[in-house]
Amino acid sequence: MATTSIDSFPATARPGGFSFELHTRNQVLSSRGAAVPRATKTGTTIVGVVYKHGVVLGADTRATEGPIVADKNCEKIHYIAPNMYCCGAGTAADTEFTTNLISSQLELHRLATGRQARVVTAMTLLKQMLFKYQGQVGAALILGGCDVEGPQLFSIHPHGSTDKLPYVTMGSGSLAAMSIMEAKWTPDMERQDAIDLVDNAIRAGIFNDLGSGSNVDVTVITPEGVDVLRNYATPNERGVREGVYDYARGTTKVLTESIRSLVEVVDGDAMEVE
Amino acid sequence: MTLFDRSPIVTGTSVVALKYKDGIMMATDCLASYGSLARFRDVERMVPVGEHTIVGASGELSDFDYLKEQLESLMIDEYESQDGHTLGPRNVYEYLHRVMYARRSKMNFLWNTLVVGGIKNGDRFLGCVDMKGVTYSSSTIATGYGAYLAQPILRKAVEGREDTLDEASARRILDQVMKVLFYRDARSLNKIQVTTVNASGVTISAPYSLPTEWAFAENIRGYGATPAQ
Repeated sequence: MATTSIDSFPATARPGGFSFELHTRNQVLSSRGAAVPRATKTGTTIVGVVYKHGVVLGADTRATEGPIVADKNCEKIHYIAPNMYCCGAGTAADTEFTTNLISSQLELHRLATGRQARVVTAMTLLKQMLFKYQGQVGAALILGGCDVEGPQLFSIHPHGSTDKLPYVTMGSGSLAAMSIMEAKWTPDMERQDAIDLVDNAIRAGIFNDLGSGSNVDVTVITPEGVDVLRNYATPNERGVREGVYDYARGTTKVLTESIRSLVEVVDGDAMEVE
Repeated sequence: MTLFDRSPIVTGTSVVALKYKDGIMMATDCLASYGSLARFRDVERMVPVGEHTIVGASGELSDFDYLKEQLESLMIDEYESQDGHTLGPRNVYEYLHRVMYARRSKMNFLWNTLVVGGIKNGDRFLGCVDMKGVTYSSSTIATGYGAYLAQPILRKAVEGREDTLDEASARRILDQVMKVLFYRDARSLNKIQVTTVNASGVTISAPYSLPTEWAFAENIRGYGATPAQ
């Protein structure tokens, strides 16, 4: 007799990591023609830059479901802590939930330690989680923030590897953005130069990558605080309709008119419901 | 024998080109890769065709050698006809299109993406043909990784300014773009050639290197939480 106790039910079978027990069932279903739901991906161009006084993060605002634009103005720069933000590329749900989870863990950590959180702590929490799930959590992240060690920038890949660099790009538009970075980045830039660099890098992704589009979001993080510049640039605003295309009454000539009352009002107002 | 599922063996990476005020500029590096081996480091991936046209190739270089022979025959036949006409860039482009599409239709590809550029009687032309016979003509062209890394920069720098961009600026743009490709294309080489095609003819530069910056690496330790020492 097969055991069907609660301990063998997939959701509670083992702690930590995915259970792949439904894999066979999924394969059978799709071979019988059941449509596999597409994950919403973010396509995406995301960038981060370390400048003289802090970190600038940038992102486009297009979310795609295959060839369709699912959201024209989504937010890809996620709050992690008062001194840290994280851009996310890859599977939208994965980036959203992963950043929320680590943000929540960090807040508890902050309350327990009584100190400002460090960027390396968030990075370590993120990479340990992503590695545990062996790349199945499709989150490619750019984490930037300022702490006691100064401004720091990391890129985190879905399998859990990290890179610590002065400038990073991720997502389908990363090559377009990186070409701008390699052409124009210099060490110790001033704030507006860094913002301009990020803006140009994201625009390169928006206009040259089909998975990226719409607007540019920018977030500037310094030891003094954070500036969230949502929709810093909107280079794709919808055109204003130029003419009035309504047909005037009388354009189509009325030859005869016949009006029939369908409702006979016995008592009360014709528009009354009850 | 048709061998449609063969893969290229000795390959060249990106070709980049742009239209400027007086004509066309094109750049390639001097590398022929053998998979991940940087095998031949003095290769010329651009060739003049007549006085008016330059053809650059990425992809299988043995197929490019074959095409060079075909183009040579074409030019000789045209010369022999003594009809007062010479073949210009648009003619070379059309010829290569037909050859590439014909090979595609027999499922025996010439595994290249070719860039054709030139100027004849003041008419500037720049286009590319790929192994399937797909053609594209524009004021900026980039093949291979160049499509992802160089095209964004080229489009921003050139689009709208084709008639005012001077030779020195065009040269600067190509140098910048070839530098980015050397940084980020793992099958590239820092030894490039630039060709200028204008009313005076086709000039292929001698190979030269671009200055690169690596000092930023001195400040990087580890890949995460490694303590600074």
